[in-house]
Amino acid sequence: MSVTAVTEKPVQPATDDIVEVRNITKFYSPDVHALSSVNLSFPRGKMTTLLGPSGCGKTTLLKIIAGLLEPTEGEVFVNGKQVHGTGPERAFVFQDFALLPWATVLRNAAFGMELTKQNKREREERARHYINEVGLAGFENKYPHELSGGMRQRVGLARALAVNSDVLLMDEPFSAVDEQTRRKFQEDLLLLLENENKTVIFVTHSIEEAVYVSDQIVILSPRPGRIHSIIHPEFSREADPEDIRRDKNYLDTVEEIWADLRKYLD
Amino acid sequence: MTDASSSAITPQMPRTDQKTFLGMSMIRFYQILSVVVVFIAWEIAGLVPISIAFPTFTGTMRALFEMLFDGRLFYAYVETLKPLGIGVLISASFGITIGVAMGLNRTAQWFWEPIFVVLQASPVAALIPLITYAYGIGLTAKTVAVIMLASPIIVLNTYKAVRHANPSLIDMCRSFQGTRFQEIWLVIIPNAAPVMFAGLRLGVAAGFIGVILAELLITPTGVGDLISYHRSVADYEYMYAAVFTVVLFSAILVGFLETIEVKYFRPEKKKGQ
Repeated sequence: MSVTAVTEKPVQPATDDIVEVRNITKFYSPDVHALSSVNLSFPRGKMTTLLGPSGCGKTTLLKIIAGLLEPTEGEVFVNGKQVHGTGPERAFVFQDFALLPWATVLRNAAFGMELTKQNKREREERARHYINEVGLAGFENKYPHELSGGMRQRVGLARALAVNSDVLLMDEPFSAVDEQTRRKFQEDLLLLLENENKTVIFVTHSIEEAVYVSDQIVILSPRPGRIHSIIHPEFSREADPEDIRRDKNYLDTVEEIWADLRKYLD
Repeated sequence: MTDASSSAITPQMPRTDQKTFLGMSMIRFYQILSVVVVFIAWEIAGLVPISIAFPTFTGTMRALFEMLFDGRLFYAYVETLKPLGIGVLISASFGITIGVAMGLNRTAQWFWEPIFVVLQASPVAALIPLITYAYGIGLTAKTVAVIMLASPIIVLNTYKAVRHANPSLIDMCRSFQGTRFQEIWLVIIPNAAPVMFAGLRLGVAAGFIGVILAELLITPTGVGDLISYHRSVADYEYMYAAVFTVVLFSAILVGFLETIEVKYFRPEKKKGQ
């Protein structure tokens, strides 16, 4: 599937697409062309992964959706309305966690609500709930440097969940975390999201991770970033995590994507 | 994600100062040991003597306590601390404001950076006669000398710390709807605090150099006078005692600033101690 296959979009976005990007082009400088006419829609309540080799502009696209970067051309729609800059309906989970080193786990998890000036007692209560949800109960008064990488990212996730936005934007959230923690984290994330009804846009360069967590995988080709193809993995998510990782469809999808992407490595 | 088992087993950060010796931590023991070693070496060097102008440690301490009890040291410090205190207060308040402005705003940087870089690079001792020319020999001249030495360090450190604030933390603040003011007040300034305080400590130490220089070169008053007077009459024990108090006072002041920093700006450091 090439770019042209997804360019035909109705003027009014379909109601089940919570985020839509139209014709996004990004130049960092005249000769650094990061993204070229990207059109994409993200279905509500689903997990979409942006996958591709390094330099394909996946993080750039995510930051444009987040409103942290201005596209050179094109528009971003959230809930059918064009947005400029950041907004309360989108929360970001950072690759390097972006925790305040001088603040406790509790204050970090509540920081999004602190910025929007919510009542201290309320926001701490909410933060405690999500600290508990991500499995960090008992660590509320620790500082980030006292936590492992995986635990720090759990704080980052709790902070993003606590602001109650519809869309979670995750920028390679597990890349700074070791492989064992990463797998556990992927499983925990899926469990957690089952009850949260969030739309997730997830950036990764790990094919296994993309296939394991996503409902929809958008593969980007590099320099400049373009949509190469869109894949909807088809295997049952009801099964045990161990069984999913051994499922034939899961493994086939991983292989198919790998066969597709390896040409960019030559 | 309700079980904490995967994360709760992470061991606590090891504390390096858990061993003790005679009821104090090993770190404190080594700190005291190094001070004692220096004083013994000083005593031996004075007994040899390496120079007739070099007194022993015990002789210097005798002179120090004599000056302490007859009040000479007290009056000298009152005299010295006036320009130092005023100069450091002005340098710190204006220095941090200007430094933060330079870090946040290119126009402010364009305006102030050359002034402070030139000030930092210039040999201020050579400029002190110029200060006398403009401000006479009073308190103002000494205060100006303190500001000239202290402010460039404070300004340039603050500016660098603010300019190099962690971009990811700034993105975080923006993505969670932080205003520009919140971004500066809740993220950039606390993030810059360690380097700003390092600049403040160095700036206070430099201000001390400034006031002593002014007392040696402009008007013989305060601690500078204690040093130059006792040198001129060859009372080296008193001269060294005065020099010793300057070092001690400077160290205490810098230590005090560090305590303030940890107490109010680095709670995560306080816990580790």
